[in-house]
Amino acid sequence: MDRYSRQVLFAELGSEGQRRIRASHVLIVGCGALGSLQAEMLARAGVGALRIADRDFVEESNLQRQTLFTERDARERVPKAVACVARLREINSEVEVEGRVLDVNQTNIEDLIRDCDLVLDGTDNFLTRYLINDACVKQAIPWIYGAAVGSYGVTMTVRPHETPCLRCLFPEMPAPGSAPTCDTAGIIMPAVATVVAVQVAEALKLLTGNVEDLHGAFMQFDLWRNEWRSIKLGEPSPECPACASARFPALEAETGNYATVLCGRQAVQVTPINRGRLNLAQLFERFSAVGEAQANQYLIRLRVDGYELTVFEDGRAIIRGTEDLVQAQTLYARYVGS
Amino acid sequence: MRVIVNGEEREIAEGLTLSRLLEELELAPERIAVELNRKVIRRADWPQTVLREGDRIEIVHFVGGGFGGKLSAHRLFDLDRSS
Repeated sequence: MDRYSRQVLFAELGSEGQRRIRASHVLIVGCGALGSLQAEMLARAGVGALRIADRDFVEESNLQRQTLFTERDARERVPKAVACVARLREINSEVEVEGRVLDVNQTNIEDLIRDCDLVLDGTDNFLTRYLINDACVKQAIPWIYGAAVGSYGVTMTVRPHETPCLRCLFPEMPAPGSAPTCDTAGIIMPAVATVVAVQVAEALKLLTGNVEDLHGAFMQFDLWRNEWRSIKLGEPSPECPACASARFPALEAETGNYATVLCGRQAVQVTPINRGRLNLAQLFERFSAVGEAQANQYLIRLRVDGYELTVFEDGRAIIRGTEDLVQAQTLYARYVGS
Repeated sequence: MRVIVNGEEREIAEGLTLSRLLEELELAPERIAVELNRKVIRRADWPQTVLREGDRIEIVHFVGGGFGGKLSAHRLFDLDRSS
């Protein structure tokens, strides 16, 4: 236990706290700036098992703030969940780590969270957060919302049926169109690190049963304007469909493909629902015939007509060069198949 | 009459409701949560909530980004300049 001695010395944790941290299983949804830092902190803290779910691959522009990844990961376009797991094993081989390269959606979220003690939000969109919220309220698993943009960050800890959930506070998911365009306000690493610091501190309290020490608020701060605000949260809302009526709109099933614009990347992700795994080798052959194709173990990429299609084994594609959902679905049907 | 919005004094009309104040501030209702005198006010109650002299209003913003996510970051706390 020498490697955890400084943490055990912290009286609020102690060796009993360390034992409980070791016995816990945490899911991190999204392994970008927030998720990779959460993963590193929890692995170093000695969490028993970590499951990391992410749909994306490493790119050069990630390296400014996504602390687990290297230039080599970006060059080789390694999926983030894979790169994260490899690095975590080097950091702490005692932690059981599992990487899942997938788009978290209503078909898989309930399985992903099932045997977890806690879920940490490392995502970059409202849709996945409502999914996490509904699945966690349904299965009574705590989760910790966090987001950062520019120099601004927010976080809230949800304990189902004890505290308000995301839906209690924000009943409807903001429409994708309510943000006029997907340009970015940029981001600075300190904003990310501050959100994650609060999230992981809350995680350690929750995992060790110190619930009375949770901050109990919706917290927000702006590191550039030096503003810190929070509102105290009370009880779950009696009008919340999830908390009061056990209705979980985000979990209702859909079929077919669905497409989402990826923020600030001039790209659309097309996700088939309930589709089998693709044969990447076959697809690579086909791609090579129509344009410039490249492949690694996890994905293939096709450049054609000014577009770039990156296709994963689970059938998902990230199509760069458009923000038009219909056009992206058409390109998907044309090159990958429907 | 004066109220305090996110720590700053603001002059408002008598009888102004919380909904009207948020409209004046041009804040998208689905993206904010509001606390009045240390108590969270549910959105359904905003139209009936009449503000009084000296009320303290705290407004926090729901953000989508882990990265990106269009956000009027520069307006988050500069409420006085946004109206």
